[in-house]
Amino acid sequence: MTPDNLRYDLEIIASWIEPGSKVLGLGCGEGDLLFWLKKEKNVKERGIEIEESKVVKCIEKGISVLQGDINEEMEDYPDNAFDYAICSQTLQQVYEPSNLIHSMMRVAKMGVVSFPNFGHIKVRMQLAFTGHAPVTRELPYSWHDTPNIRVLSLNDFQKFSDQVGFKILKKAAINTNNTQRHGKMVTFMPNLFATYGIFLIGKE
Amino acid sequence: MSEYIDQSPTGASIGIVEKQFFTFAKPPERLKLESLASIGPVTIAYETCGTLNPKKSNVILVLHALSGDSHMAGYYDPKDTKPGWWDIMVGPGKGIDTDKYFVICSNIIGSCAGSTGPSSIDPETDKEYGTNFPHITIGDMVKAQKALIDHLKINSILSLIGGSVGGMQVLEWCVRYPDMVKSAIPLATTTRHSALAIAFNEVARQAIMADPNWNEGHYYSGKKPDMGLAIARMIGHITYLSDESMRLKFGRKLQNRSALSFEFGAEFQVESYLQHQGNKFIERFDANSFLYITKAADYFDLAAQYGSGSLVKAFSKCKSKFLVISYTSDWLYPTYQSKEMVKAMKKNDLDVSFCEIDAQWGHDAFLLPSDRLDHLITGFLRSVSNDT
Repeated sequence: MTPDNLRYDLEIIASWIEPGSKVLGLGCGEGDLLFWLKKEKNVKERGIEIEESKVVKCIEKGISVLQGDINEEMEDYPDNAFDYAICSQTLQQVYEPSNLIHSMMRVAKMGVVSFPNFGHIKVRMQLAFTGHAPVTRELPYSWHDTPNIRVLSLNDFQKFSDQVGFKILKKAAINTNNTQRHGKMVTFMPNLFATYGIFLIGKE
Repeated sequence: MSEYIDQSPTGASIGIVEKQFFTFAKPPERLKLESLASIGPVTIAYETCGTLNPKKSNVILVLHALSGDSHMAGYYDPKDTKPGWWDIMVGPGKGIDTDKYFVICSNIIGSCAGSTGPSSIDPETDKEYGTNFPHITIGDMVKAQKALIDHLKINSILSLIGGSVGGMQVLEWCVRYPDMVKSAIPLATTTRHSALAIAFNEVARQAIMADPNWNEGHYYSGKKPDMGLAIARMIGHITYLSDESMRLKFGRKLQNRSALSFEFGAEFQVESYLQHQGNKFIERFDANSFLYITKAADYFDLAAQYGSGSLVKAFSKCKSKFLVISYTSDWLYPTYQSKEMVKAMKKNDLDVSFCEIDAQWGHDAFLLPSDRLDHLITGFLRSVSNDT
């Protein structure tokens, strides 16, 4: 079965995960990705989610999940406890992204990181032509109420990998439609035309 | 821990249930206790709901708290005004679905609702044990439950569920009999009492022992230490609520009056509520049982008992899948205590889920109707029964 009942970005992440592996989902939400991986790829799953209502949804699905802060909860796991740590669309919301990446690289052999691309043409145009902080489908908040406090572009993440010290093993620049169910890969000038970036990272 | 909170029956009930008894450790055998004392014979009162499947793989054991009993759901008699203490959770189509699971609840030893306790007759003297009853521990309670489970010829438990002192028994089971327990839900509980919890228990015990009727525990042929037991219960109820729940429930409202009357009666509603709870409790509970069970709860220390002080080591032989649940306003067993056990389970690579339910009703929240808790328990039980 292909992961076509998942959101497009999660579909790509799912395709990168080896069957039977051990996966930690950081900020796993209602557990859609972990549920799919458990069912279709027989992974051993663990999730961390801070919101009580989402934690309940995970447990109702049969997903093992801990309610708590991702940085705090990761501390208790031994080194290399997981094959993958997945941080899907959360990196731009954490206060100390480099600490988060360090922790991911400690508890897991590999990491998956995805985020909305702040280098996208719509973002650039809005700022250039309206003079207002950009509000897009992928980053839909106003400057004063946004949880996205660490917006970054695909190029920024490349540079970040050298600074923090991790290897980019795979990357996908994607453009999704309105429902985010479907999308396509962006190969031509991805930092300008991709709405999201997804990276598989490993230790140096 | 205030079983039998006033609750309206919700949903379908299991209907008529029966109180059953099992007696073991008959002469010459005796049940050896952790205190090195022994006792026998030992009777356990229990209740079962639902049907045991042919593979015996649908067993759920419910462990009751301090003042509970084996009557978890349904009615003994159609004329009963109240169902069992967890009727909102246990029944057909409920959180613990009796159409799917065979659910057992047994009364703990030391209690006064059918199992052997200080108010039982000591065969050596033909009188009530009173304070000649040996000290018991959470481990002893679990050992007696295990004897019942063996007697029912069950060798695997799908899930153990219990709150408060019942949650301590859940944890003890998982550590003591790791091969028997597939999964466990410790609810609003702790791996050991804080000084605060011991302090409240001690004040409650002192209230009983200071009652002149207590008579060193030998009161069964005369007046009972009702005043002491009622005060003990009032103290308990303070710990089961929270600042917030008391503010919402009572505030400074007066009871049946519009102005202060400058007397020592129950002027404030909160005073009247506590007195009511105390008076209800003396009708159904034995003061000596209260002393013994609160002591057992104070002695409980999983890390000291099984891990030479390390909780991580204590859980090292566990194999169960866990769902740990705490409540935001529980100040008797606050969330940090649940997080400590979760941390130790994680360090042992155990499959553990944790949820802190936002509730204003303090420690008692686990006994109140809650869709959150229903959904958590239903979902978790479904996933563990699919795994097997």
